[in-house]
Amino acid sequence: MENFYFETKGLVVGYQGVPLIKNIELSLKRGEILTLIGPNGAGKTTILKSIIRQLPKVGGAVVLFGRNMEELTGKELSTRMSVVLTERVRPEMMTCGDVVATGRYPYTGKFGVLSEKDRQVVKESMELVHISGLEDQDFAKTSDGQKQRVMLARAICQEPEIIVLDEPTSFLDIRYKLEFLSIIQNMARTRRLSVVMSLHELDLAGRISHKIACVKGDRIDRFGSPEEIFTPGYIPELYEMSTGSYEELSGNLELKPPEGKAKAFVLSGGGTGTAVYRRLQREGTPFAAGILWENDLDYPSAKALAVEVVGERPFCRIQEARMERARELIDACEQVVCTMDVEHLGDFNRELGELYRYAKERGKL
Amino acid sequence: MEKTLGKDKRKKSWYFLAFILLLALVSVFLALNICIGSVNIPLGEVLRLLGGGGGDAVFGDIVWQIRFPRALAAMILGGGLALSGYLLQTFFHNPIASPFTLGISSGAKLVVAMVMVFSLGKAVQISSMTMILAAFLGAMISMGFVLLMSKVIDQMSMLIVAGVMIGYICTAITDFVVTFADDANIVNLHNWSRGSFSGITWDNVGVIAVVIFAASFGVFLMSKPISAYQMGESYARNMGVNIQAFRMLLVLLSSILSACVTAFAGPVSFVGIAVPHLVKNLFGTSRPILMIPANFLGGAAFCLFCDLLARVVFAPTELSISTVTAVFGAPVVIYMMIRRRRERAA
Repeated sequence: MENFYFETKGLVVGYQGVPLIKNIELSLKRGEILTLIGPNGAGKTTILKSIIRQLPKVGGAVVLFGRNMEELTGKELSTRMSVVLTERVRPEMMTCGDVVATGRYPYTGKFGVLSEKDRQVVKESMELVHISGLEDQDFAKTSDGQKQRVMLARAICQEPEIIVLDEPTSFLDIRYKLEFLSIIQNMARTRRLSVVMSLHELDLAGRISHKIACVKGDRIDRFGSPEEIFTPGYIPELYEMSTGSYEELSGNLELKPPEGKAKAFVLSGGGTGTAVYRRLQREGTPFAAGILWENDLDYPSAKALAVEVVGERPFCRIQEARMERARELIDACEQVVCTMDVEHLGDFNRELGELYRYAKERGKL
Repeated sequence: MEKTLGKDKRKKSWYFLAFILLLALVSVFLALNICIGSVNIPLGEVLRLLGGGGGDAVFGDIVWQIRFPRALAAMILGGGLALSGYLLQTFFHNPIASPFTLGISSGAKLVVAMVMVFSLGKAVQISSMTMILAAFLGAMISMGFVLLMSKVIDQMSMLIVAGVMIGYICTAITDFVVTFADDANIVNLHNWSRGSFSGITWDNVGVIAVVIFAASFGVFLMSKPISAYQMGESYARNMGVNIQAFRMLLVLLSSILSACVTAFAGPVSFVGIAVPHLVKNLFGTSRPILMIPANFLGGAAFCLFCDLLARVVFAPTELSISTVTAVFGAPVVIYMMIRRRRERAA
């Protein structure tokens, strides 16, 4: 029997009693991270708000450490669950230290005076998110990235067992995104903190999460480990992407390829071609690419952007049929671009040198 | 560690100094209010009189029957008014919310005026408690309107505009009622409807003290949830605050405070905005546990000061209290709004 710390059982969420998302079945153990992904407006925030009791749920139950959350008093809940929300806080004349210290609320006495222990926890929480230097700075005058970390320190300072974050990385630049998620991962590992959050960054979601829930339409479309979620073709389906493409393994996003007959042929491989494919896409020039092994670094982006890719099965010698097709394409193109170092080819891609000379002889290079 | 301790200590001694300063201001203005007037009475004489010792009978009457109760009322009501403003600002997360700008004072004024005119017509003496109840009723009606509007209007500046409009409507009706009331006492009523601390009796002071001190004590007990509420409703809820009950208490307490002020002194403008702002800047923090007593003292000092000017500057003509509070309060509010605009732009 698996021991879940957090579970939703047939949870139905919505506004004013009108169900928006039904039959939500999520579960999470201590120290695990659950991420909600899905298109804008799918209801990720609605789910999170219902989980933290900000929004009355329409049906079902949320179970925390085996107890129905409805039975918990405000205080009991506040010592177990803390939150980082998207709403902007604008406290006046409060230092970052003051803001963090508000997280001690459930632990202080009638008048909210901090004890020595409270101060210690505040200090540790600030160190944990690397903002000790901000203690005396006016919260209103800090940057978005700093604010978000202050709010995280505040949530940590509440000494929760589970923390709920709504799009915590949205306003952060890549450095802070990574830093922020590293702190969360570290907290989950060292303090066995359970984390429920929503993210827009699919690549990061796939890396940090133990479990991912995909919100789509009126249901949780998929719930499982990242491997179960990021199957080929699923993400474009989830987000109903009609233009461009998403590559599951690398998290690579490409814009919509130019349409029409190929005007250029790109002779590339080993990662040298991607930049050229993208340049041609920007210029709106339809192109063909080849000959690429299907496990080549350039293959995914060529597949996403080129009109035609002449591919070869991995670790196989290039077949004559492929050469034939490549020569046809070169003949049909106005121009050939070569990004390979043709002077230093290996045993297996000697044929590419042949294509290079073929193009050169026809004055297409 | 050493450094933080030193910093904490410095902060604490600053808070202490600020409280001493406010207390000193209150005492000085209280003394001045009793000493200065159409007849100046030396401080020594006043102290002797207040100490229960014998003295000049005329001075005794002036001090005991007129100036002392009036000064006490200005002090306590001023404190209550500032506190009421502070609560409303906290409630609406808006620095220019106050009983005056949200039309709550005017609502109270309207109902009190109607009760007064009605009872004057019937030659019925109305008690202090009736006045407060009438004012409270009026305050709650205005507050109800404001709360209803706050559900529809999500922009805070528009809410204030709506509040000011409610205030104008109430004032217009009050003027109407006062103009057509047929009684000799109308002069009194007219003075009161413009705002004044004059004509306060010991009986009034007793009621004022009980109501305002009780409500203020209640506010002080709420300083912890107020501190959570400063972070916004969602965070407060997550920290275990019962938001529904909290909001109701806050509305109730701020209405009681401003109703009590209006019942006895009429509408008093700007104290509720200017004092919380000044006090916050003096302390350099917005921690409710400090701000609540500090606002009370600040409001007390501010109203004593303004009432002194209202009585003295153009003596024997007395200015309405709102005239003076506006002169000193409005610039503070304007300055505050400009500074906020700049900060937001930066």
